[in-house]
Amino acid sequence: MVETVVFVIFGLAALFGAITMVWARNPVYSAMGLMMTMFSIAVFYVSNSAHFIAVVQVIVYAGAVMTLFLFVIMLIGVDKEEDRTENLPIQRPLALVLILSFGAAVVVAGRLAWTTGIRNPLDPVNGTVEAIGDELFKRWVLPFEITGLLLIVAAAGAIALAFFKDDDDAEVDPWR
Amino acid sequence: MTAVLEAIFGNAFWSAVVKTVVVFAILMVNTLFLVWFERRVVAFMQNRIGPNRAGPMGLLQTLADGIKLFFKEQITPRKVELGMYLAAPVAAMIPAFLIFMVIPFGEPITIGNTVVTLQGADLNVGLLFILAMSSLAVYSIVLAGWASGSKYPLLGGVRATAQMISYEAAMGLALVPVVLFASIQIADGSVGVGTMSLSRLVELQQGSFRGFIPGWFVFWLLPSFIIFMIAAVAETNRAPFDLVEAESEIVGGYHTEYSGIRFAFFFLAEYINMFNVSAIAVTVFLGGWLGPDFGLPSGIAWAMPIMWFLLKTYALLFIFVWLRATLPRMRYDQLMTLGWKRLIPAGLAWLILFTLVQAFRSFGAPWS
Repeated sequence: MVETVVFVIFGLAALFGAITMVWARNPVYSAMGLMMTMFSIAVFYVSNSAHFIAVVQVIVYAGAVMTLFLFVIMLIGVDKEEDRTENLPIQRPLALVLILSFGAAVVVAGRLAWTTGIRNPLDPVNGTVEAIGDELFKRWVLPFEITGLLLIVAAAGAIALAFFKDDDDAEVDPWR
Repeated sequence: MTAVLEAIFGNAFWSAVVKTVVVFAILMVNTLFLVWFERRVVAFMQNRIGPNRAGPMGLLQTLADGIKLFFKEQITPRKVELGMYLAAPVAAMIPAFLIFMVIPFGEPITIGNTVVTLQGADLNVGLLFILAMSSLAVYSIVLAGWASGSKYPLLGGVRATAQMISYEAAMGLALVPVVLFASIQIADGSVGVGTMSLSRLVELQQGSFRGFIPGWFVFWLLPSFIIFMIAAVAETNRAPFDLVEAESEIVGGYHTEYSGIRFAFFFLAEYINMFNVSAIAVTVFLGGWLGPDFGLPSGIAWAMPIMWFLLKTYALLFIFVWLRATLPRMRYDQLMTLGWKRLIPAGLAWLILFTLVQAFRSFGAPWS
């Protein structure tokens, strides 16, 4: 009962956020819509008793949206609105087709039997953090480390791209 | 009486309702006291008297100010983005309240057969929850700054984002050794399964070593505690890191265009956040509500943990006030240098050192 109420409220919030993100003319409202969707998804995780993922969702995604926010204010300007002229004529019909096929997929998926919630409510949940830590640092330690390395490579690559534009500029010492 | 309380706290829903209301009341009353405390202490440090007219020793001054703010006209400037402008003060309050919901402020009380934890909710990801909520706290300030449609609030908002994102990293790093240390405490010397539940962290700090030194984490994790406190002052935008609302440079910063009760919301949120970070530091490093009850009769003894918690928290809040009365505001580049080039490297170095030492202790030297 409680879970259904929570699901309906935050499902609507997530939808509203997603639509705002795409629809809003002001990029700041888009960023806020994205934040709202991320937060609602975190609530779903909580209602499925995945507290750890919920909290990480808020820290990582809500934190990242904050940076996006800053970029909007810094780069685009405070009160500039988005220009709505369409550059790719095929984009809108394509989007319509995608929406229809996604709707069809949802209908098909709705007919399948799904298992949701805690599998056995009598089963003592010994803290999701411990469970995730066990999995992450024992069984999946190599993929975990490789992902970390990948992220560092990506960050270093971004810095390198920002500093060395052409071969001509390469002589300039970026650390000067 | 006991039967009624037992019935209320036996039911999950009603106990949640009661706890939420109690936490709300505690935070409000505490803010009234804290504002008075700060004004009074700063006044004595500056050789003034401070508020002393309303009520005994001026204790009701904040209440009077609050009532004044409540009935004041709320001016809405013409160029604001109305929706976000109205949402920002509320967004400031929500994370502040939610953070205190997970902090245990007293020993669990037994009424009849039900055990009532003096804590809104005991999450097993308590520490991470606090970090998540403090990352949401930035939104209100940035939204207020942006939606005001005026240059000084915008400057304040942009400053706030950079400052709070930078110091959040240091704050998170300072808390990692705590979880590591908890894992060692649980498994008695070897590395076991840690915990992020705040009530469990308090329990782990029980006992003492050499008979008189309490088993608080601060004695093992002093560098973490120092880094955490510096980051906490910056997170709450207090002096000397109050560039977000530096009145000599950008008028009032993000709340320049707010008046009346909307301003009061920001003001409340700031003081609640101050109380929150002190309470977190007490819970994680200074043993939370632990303390001697001097063998008092059980009618009074149940209140002693709450008193110890408040006493420790106010000791840290005194440091906050002391800093404000003593230190001049930092320059912006100094603030960023301190965050990125001093605190974060220091936090990383301490984390690596601590991990290495603990690994040595648990697994022995790699060459042996």
